[in-house]
Amino acid sequence: MWRAWKGLTGTIPSLITGLNPSRLSLQPRVVRVVHKTRAYSSFFRELEAQLAAMRKHAVRAMPGSDWQPLEITPGLPPERADVVIVGGGVVGWSVAYWLKRKERIRDGVRVLVVEKDPTYSQASTVLSVGGIRQQFSLPENIHLSLASAEFLRSINEHLGVLNEDPVDLQFNHSGYLFIASEKGAGIMEENYRTQRYAGAKVTLLSPAQVKEKFPWLNTEGVALASYGLENEGWFDPWSLLNALRRKAISMGVYQCFGEVTGFRYSTHSMPTDDSHQMSFKRIRYVNVRMPNSLEYQPVECAIVVNAAGAHSGKVADLAGIGSGPKDTLAAVPVPVEPRKRYVYVLHCPDGPGLDTPFLIDYSGVYCRREGLGGNYIAGLSPEEEEEPDTRDLEVDYNFFQDRIWPLLAHRVPAFECTKVASAWAGYYDYNTFDQNCILGLHPLVNNMYFATGFSGHGLQQSPAAGRALAELILDGGFRTLDLSALGFERIFHQEPVLERSIV
Amino acid sequence: MALYRTVQLSGCARMCVSVARPYSTVARSPSTPLPLRSKLLFFLSQHFYDVEQLLSWSSWLRNWTLRRKNTFYSYTQEQYGNNVAAAFYILSLKGGFRFSGQSEWFRPNEKGKFSWDFVNFQEHPIEEVDVSGTVINCTGLDNLVSQKNLRTLSLRGCREVDDWFLSRLHIFQESLEELNLSGCPRISVGGLCALHHLRKLRKLDLSSLPRVQNPGLVRILLEEVLPHCHITGVEYDEGLQAFQEEKDSEALSSTGTGA
Repeated sequence: MWRAWKGLTGTIPSLITGLNPSRLSLQPRVVRVVHKTRAYSSFFRELEAQLAAMRKHAVRAMPGSDWQPLEITPGLPPERADVVIVGGGVVGWSVAYWLKRKERIRDGVRVLVVEKDPTYSQASTVLSVGGIRQQFSLPENIHLSLASAEFLRSINEHLGVLNEDPVDLQFNHSGYLFIASEKGAGIMEENYRTQRYAGAKVTLLSPAQVKEKFPWLNTEGVALASYGLENEGWFDPWSLLNALRRKAISMGVYQCFGEVTGFRYSTHSMPTDDSHQMSFKRIRYVNVRMPNSLEYQPVECAIVVNAAGAHSGKVADLAGIGSGPKDTLAAVPVPVEPRKRYVYVLHCPDGPGLDTPFLIDYSGVYCRREGLGGNYIAGLSPEEEEEPDTRDLEVDYNFFQDRIWPLLAHRVPAFECTKVASAWAGYYDYNTFDQNCILGLHPLVNNMYFATGFSGHGLQQSPAAGRALAELILDGGFRTLDLSALGFERIFHQEPVLERSIV
Repeated sequence: MALYRTVQLSGCARMCVSVARPYSTVARSPSTPLPLRSKLLFFLSQHFYDVEQLLSWSSWLRNWTLRRKNTFYSYTQEQYGNNVAAAFYILSLKGGFRFSGQSEWFRPNEKGKFSWDFVNFQEHPIEEVDVSGTVINCTGLDNLVSQKNLRTLSLRGCREVDDWFLSRLHIFQESLEELNLSGCPRISVGGLCALHHLRKLRKLDLSSLPRVQNPGLVRILLEEVLPHCHITGVEYDEGLQAFQEEKDSEALSSTGTGA
């Protein structure tokens, strides 16, 4: 209909040129003084100008152009959603993807992922070293990591989008090599048994075997080594994040860039057996504030998933967790806080070659190969006392000089002459309670799920953790992996589930 | 951009078309024009939900067929033992093998038919396997895990062999002597760095691996790691020349814009 209108308005100039053969239609319109005898042509010319302006307005108002009669802020989230996922890192998008994958009918669940920073400049996901290993001491961790490796192996079946490029994770299958001294050899053997029982392909090596396999390694002080043969290595976290995001968006997940500044919740109390009043909260609205603006949109939601990584503690505080009367369950906060970790890129032309595994020494220092040009990535988790300040992500190069380099040069003599090419820092979403992830519903907030506190293992456990949380939300309980040991109960009962091999 | 693939079954010529981008598009130069049929299919899938759904079903079906072809032959293993199960698996994939102690190879003919004589060799492990051009993948290796005497493995032109497959080859680290990986479009450096487990490897063929950007450098690094292995199919300066040409063209363009 509009095209007919456009055509009609197009015929009028041709009519006018028909009437006035001397005037070319391509010439710019000039208002001229007309004779009275030509009054009718001036009328038609003005009419033509007005019709052209109307035509331009009509084209602008058509769908496809971005003019709107009422100014709406771009990027506002929808007014209501079924599940709001706070945090757009790899765990958040994994939960979103699995929710959409498990929904029984098309558009059965409306999922919204809220991410604070569109550039991901401080996100733990993209600053991660990107390793995946199965050498844990807790069976739940091993199973999470094995299931994630299974997911990554067939990633194109899971995350392939029609007519798009296949996903390329640049997975280096080099395995992790854990080195233990005399003190830790017993623990390593126990861990090895647990890992083999859980299905991880790990092998134990004596110092002589280590020396034969990796001649560049100094085996002084090495009592036992544990080497992963399959499903271990490192990959590009940004590709995984983008693959999850692309697939989730293609399945209909809403993405919003904004910060969660508050929750609106309703409280109801119930008496316990000894007639104390327990108050339970239910989140009704999530206030999402737009970037660089004071405007916020309250999103009405049924379920909130806290996958905010290093800032999960702050998001939990917004829901009032941890602010109850002292010595009650309501006073227990979510024990996740950001911890800064430095990662240094070293250049060493005579360093170990293509067979370099992800080496982890018993002193805590780790090192892996990066690319083919003699570059390596190294780091160390600092002690509790010397934890760096988490206000910013500035790198302390003295930490490398004082702490890392002596240990690294002792273990790999080739690193005695190495240069620090660059470095970066990132946050661990550190679980101060027992350094293992928290997966599950909060007992006091009836609709807030947590998938946080991974303490450096978020990337490698994200696909399986996302599936576990989606099963909790949609099926009501764990179906494939039983991760009930990683819920909130252990925090309330003060029973830490410790992981012995943390890096 | 899309790739059109036909699968012609024996008898009726049935077209199984897919517009999904397989790995081989990486190797394809952008100058070759798409065939008309796939351009039409791409256009239709962008405009009609039905066509899009049909195409996603066809790629799901392709994945399902791959899984079926690479499933674990547990029944055969229970009835006839590991070696015959492995042999049956290889023949079903249309590959060939040779038992240790025998000199003749067992292969299916062009129509896919093979003789059932191999069931008589239950105690003979398999020594040489040639699965070139088949759809063997990482999960299919479960059938070959028991073959600890495997000496030769030829994976020429296998489009499903990827880095995860190479990371599983450590199960043959005591016996594998010859490995042919030429023409596998999914292999990259991440998988080749897992080959250092194969201490007995003497011959490695790495020709025409499209996803390996610096084949010459990879050859040097692999020779460092596997000193007794002879690597063929790659020259030391492959990958270097391209960099040199890039540097020259960059120098030319910068002088052009600077001046």
